[in-house]
Amino acid sequence: MEAGGLGKTYQDGEVIIREGEPGDCMFVIQNGSVEVLRDSGGSLVRLGLLHEGDVFGEMALFEREPRSATVRAQGQARVLTVDRKGFLRRVHEDPSLAFRLLRTMSQRIRELDAEVARLKAGPTRDGAGEPSDPDSGPARG
Amino acid sequence: MARGRARGSQNGDLILRDGSRVGVIGGGPAGSFFGYFLLDMAERVGIELDVEILEPRDFSVPGAQSCNMCGGIVSESLVQALAAEGINLPPSVVERGIDSYVLHMREGSVRIETPLLEKRIAAVHRGAGPRGAQDWRWQSFDGFLLDRVLSRGAKLVRERVEDVRWHEGRPSVVGAGREPRAYDLLAVAAGVNTSILDKLGALSHSYRPPRTTKTYICEIHLGVDGVHELFGSAMHVFLLDLPRLEFAALIPKGEHVTLCLLGERIDGDLVRAFLASPEVRGCLPPGWSAPKDLCRCAPHMNVGPARRPYADRVVFVGDSGVARLYKDGIGSAYRTAKAAAVTAVFDGISGDAFGRRFARSCRAIRADNAIGRLVFAIAGRQRSQRSACRGILRMAAAEQRLSGNARRMSMVLWDVFTGSAPYREVFVRTLHPLFWGRLLWEIGSGIATREPARERPV
Repeated sequence: MEAGGLGKTYQDGEVIIREGEPGDCMFVIQNGSVEVLRDSGGSLVRLGLLHEGDVFGEMALFEREPRSATVRAQGQARVLTVDRKGFLRRVHEDPSLAFRLLRTMSQRIRELDAEVARLKAGPTRDGAGEPSDPDSGPARG
Repeated sequence: MARGRARGSQNGDLILRDGSRVGVIGGGPAGSFFGYFLLDMAERVGIELDVEILEPRDFSVPGAQSCNMCGGIVSESLVQALAAEGINLPPSVVERGIDSYVLHMREGSVRIETPLLEKRIAAVHRGAGPRGAQDWRWQSFDGFLLDRVLSRGAKLVRERVEDVRWHEGRPSVVGAGREPRAYDLLAVAAGVNTSILDKLGALSHSYRPPRTTKTYICEIHLGVDGVHELFGSAMHVFLLDLPRLEFAALIPKGEHVTLCLLGERIDGDLVRAFLASPEVRGCLPPGWSAPKDLCRCAPHMNVGPARRPYADRVVFVGDSGVARLYKDGIGSAYRTAKAAAVTAVFDGISGDAFGRRFARSCRAIRADNAIGRLVFAIAGRQRSQRSACRGILRMAAAEQRLSGNARRMSMVLWDVFTGSAPYREVFVRTLHPLFWGRLLWEIGSGIATREPARERPV
């Protein structure tokens, strides 16, 4: 591992956060990729794939609910933790710090809307109603 | 892009509009953060600005030409804030991620790990490496930030500012061999190690430069393997009972370890006394002595805020204005530069506008520094009391088996040494009855058993 790599390194398949567990931080991917999974009737469904620069677990900064999904490394991944307390302290001093996060969450809602619309439309002959490619879909954690 | 003008200003002409010219004196972190956030905010509200960064240094050249004379630590809180801003520091810039520190006192040493066992402090070189560096593999931190603001549309003017004056109601910059240029807004991010700060101060009658003290920084070359073997990813901090020395640190980087001494009037005698102390010699290779060509400097550091660091069309950010006491200078640059940029875009560029929003950030730092002085005064008194030192070390060592908030002393020390939390928050945590109860217990136990707290090797 590089001496200058910030964050913590996770090996392929290693779980970073687990669905249902309490959370008090979000994560920023410094290097590599992670997959976002959700339990559905006992099996894990992949909701999306996130890459360098993407954030996940951000909902834990704003609400005290259990993690909504499991996130695990796909290949080796280096991830930086952002603490809720420190982040919120900064946001109270400088609300614009939350802007980028709001924009990310807004994009994900937009993508979810599109996904819901596709699912409600049902399958069509040209496949337009099939679930979208999980590699490009919305992801949260 | 939609074109428009800044919203919310009550100051008529003193607002930024499409095409407004903004000059930034200094391309260090304060200047780059100001330019970056100014362009970012302006884009959000649909204003196109013409931003020029005036910086004569080339951050790709090693040695004094690119050096900004700084310990080169990006604090834990700033690393996280930058990540939330979308500015992730790559390993090409971060020479070493720090995940722990070793505290050295006369009475012993203790290693303190972060609760998350995660590298969240970045050790960087502000320039392209120390004097004489060859085949340098890392990018300058200042150069990295400057590239970010240039990629957002700012222009770099490689020019040394020789004078500033007012021209038809606008600040005007006189550079070597060029016509004076007037700006609608001038941000001064020249630090405190510049000969033109007094001239820049003439932009505002009520501005008084910050109070400074001399520090000492040098680069100890140990090679990549040497740094790794001796230091790993741990910063070493020293609380020694040496007069005038508040704090000292050995910061491991790529091929070098940066020695940083902070205090009042650091001079050659104090440096020699520090390097001769057994605590320091134990961290360095056996028999190490300072080579004659050691890359070293004695820069000034902001230890007292500038008075009224703003006026109509002028704002002083970073060390030229207000900075945190002894710590997190780059974090102060981020906070003041961003506050100034937000003010300029959303409230206007009048002295009144800066006096409302920007000054609020400056006051917050000043107020926290007042508590910081108290924290350092208490720490200074404890340094000379052996039983108190032993108690601190015993308490910190015992806490390494615990997790999170239960590590009261460790977290207080961590936040004081790394600048990761406001001094006020650190001070409040030391008022907790359990903190004092445990400390008094450890002091008493140390006296009763006469057990040394020494934990070397660490």
